[in-house]
Amino acid sequence: MLLEVRDLSVEFRTRDGIARAVNGVGFGVDAGETLAVLGESGSGKSVTAQAVMGILDTPPARISAGEVLFRGRDLLTLPEERRRGIRGAEMAMIFQDALSSLNPVLSVGAQLGEMFTVHRGMSRKRARAKAIELMDRVGIPAAEDRAGDYPHQFSGGMRQRVMIAMALALEPALIIADEPTTALDVTVQAQIMDLLAELRRELDTALILITHDLGVVADAADRIAVMYAGRIVETAPVRALYKAPAHPYTRGLLDSVPRLDRKGRELYAIKGLPPNPLRVPSGCAFHPRCPVARDICRTDEPPLFDAGEGRHSACHFWRETLDG
Amino acid sequence: MGESAEPVLEVTGLVKHYPLTRGTVFGKRTGAVRAVDGVSFSLARGETLGIVGESGCGKSTVAKLLVSLERPTAGRIRYRGEDITRLSGRALKAVRRNIQMVFQDPYTSLDPRMTVGDIVGEPYEIHPEAAPRGDRRRRVRELLDVVGLSPEHINRYPHQFSGGQRQRIGIARGLALRPEVIVADEPVSALDVSVQAQVVNLLERLQSEFGLSYVFIAHDLSVVRHISDRVGVMYLGRLAETGTDTEIYDHPTHPYTQALLSAVPVPDPGARERRERIILAGEVPSPAAPPSGCRFRTRCWKARERCAVEEPELAVPVALASRGPAAHPSACHFAEE
Repeated sequence: MLLEVRDLSVEFRTRDGIARAVNGVGFGVDAGETLAVLGESGSGKSVTAQAVMGILDTPPARISAGEVLFRGRDLLTLPEERRRGIRGAEMAMIFQDALSSLNPVLSVGAQLGEMFTVHRGMSRKRARAKAIELMDRVGIPAAEDRAGDYPHQFSGGMRQRVMIAMALALEPALIIADEPTTALDVTVQAQIMDLLAELRRELDTALILITHDLGVVADAADRIAVMYAGRIVETAPVRALYKAPAHPYTRGLLDSVPRLDRKGRELYAIKGLPPNPLRVPSGCAFHPRCPVARDICRTDEPPLFDAGEGRHSACHFWRETLDG
Repeated sequence: MGESAEPVLEVTGLVKHYPLTRGTVFGKRTGAVRAVDGVSFSLARGETLGIVGESGCGKSTVAKLLVSLERPTAGRIRYRGEDITRLSGRALKAVRRNIQMVFQDPYTSLDPRMTVGDIVGEPYEIHPEAAPRGDRRRRVRELLDVVGLSPEHINRYPHQFSGGQRQRIGIARGLALRPEVIVADEPVSALDVSVQAQVVNLLERLQSEFGLSYVFIAHDLSVVRHISDRVGVMYLGRLAETGTDTEIYDHPTHPYTQALLSAVPVPDPGARERRERIILAGEVPSPAAPPSGCRFRTRCWKARERCAVEEPELAVPVALASRGPAAHPSACHFAEE
């Protein structure tokens, strides 16, 4: 296994108390595999990604427990200097907002070239040639002419291509993409997701895709982990999960999405709101919104039950949920 | 729907150009952003017209024109037969009462220093004739109840509510004057999936309860299909195709609509292999310098010489006239199913 996250917990110290943003999360990613981490705002999906990547602001965040094993080494115990060497070279990240993640005062060619001068010790001239080659590869037209342009001179879709080029520059084994297409128009999203898939296949890169979009997951992922209130509530191979979810929250999500390919009747709406991370409900965090909740759900926090065939569900009643 | 004689809204040849100027003191006009460039449609009573398109297509400008937040450069908007684009003063105010807007961002469209009661009741300050002063509090409570918020929360401030609840506040405000038409610009796109469904259902319930007509503007094609009776697809300031939801989604004939629909990721992993995605080349041209002829031709795989010289009309293509659901207006010289 390329990456294994065990029992990861992240807390945020706030004025109003301690928010447990990530609470005992565990998952694994194999080489070349795409794992989607799906959740709504506040579910802890982005914090999980940042903790794995080692870019959490501490404080206010604090990793209170867990291990992040990458190629067998626990990244959480490595000195920052060693982690910096791994970031970019062995694992890289793509963000939603390319404009604020790229350096605004450095030309795109220079930023890409820096990857090669810093990590590979290349000469500036060779690094520049590599940068142009990369820009070309991610489909930026007239790469040679545009290498001197600054991030704001590119359109949203082109900037996202630049960021993909940055992430892939050193051919890392793992890419973490946090909502990589959320800010883009649908036709541009399709271009970007296609590009990512093509480059991944070529380089056999593993991908953790952080998203709220059930359509994007269905299109791109092998496996999925659904997060709710800081926990993984269900993991499964993508096809199995869409066919028959084993957690009422997942079922609710799937039923509440309007469909492009058919005109639905009234949408199923999960009642209530996602919980405030400062006041996560007792027992199963989903119980106040759950249509099948019973007494045990209010008192006992469900573990991730093994539901067979690579599926896990944190629901006391996963069996009946699975049976529909 | 659509059988009622007179449409509530009728839009013909709507144009909105924003001048581009150079120099700050003696702004010299150097051109114009042609945000909306000849759009026509009608809206029947109780109907929902969805308008979809990508960023920069002009859909939000259409919304602002409909609620008279902007004045059109040319064209007409008729409300119940009366041209409202030239109105001013009291007459304009009276029309505005009947066409209300719900905004996209529930985080920035509500004044953080006003209580919910003041926000929802604000339209009564502008239109005092709509409700006698002594009755307003009661009406606001009623409105909160109608949109699924607790009337007890009338004295709270926007920051004490979640995104979905804030959108309900915005909807309550939109309903305060009992309008006939609600123009909703991306009303659910800032919301989480589970909350989005609640708000979509609310909008549908309110429509049947109050006989509202909606212009529902969004980039999410699935949401638009769900809520709309008819749909218009916009590209670079113009309508590319219009029709019923079935006509547009199951029988699109304009290449842009076809590409747009094929690009939407469907929440069905089994569809991955079946689908044929049309990946559009290039990017949307600038609305300050749209291509000659058909505006989509620079990205269209079907484009021929004619497309560069002759702008296609939005009309039922002759070749498709007897093809059932494929026979609907499409602004393409080579429209095909």
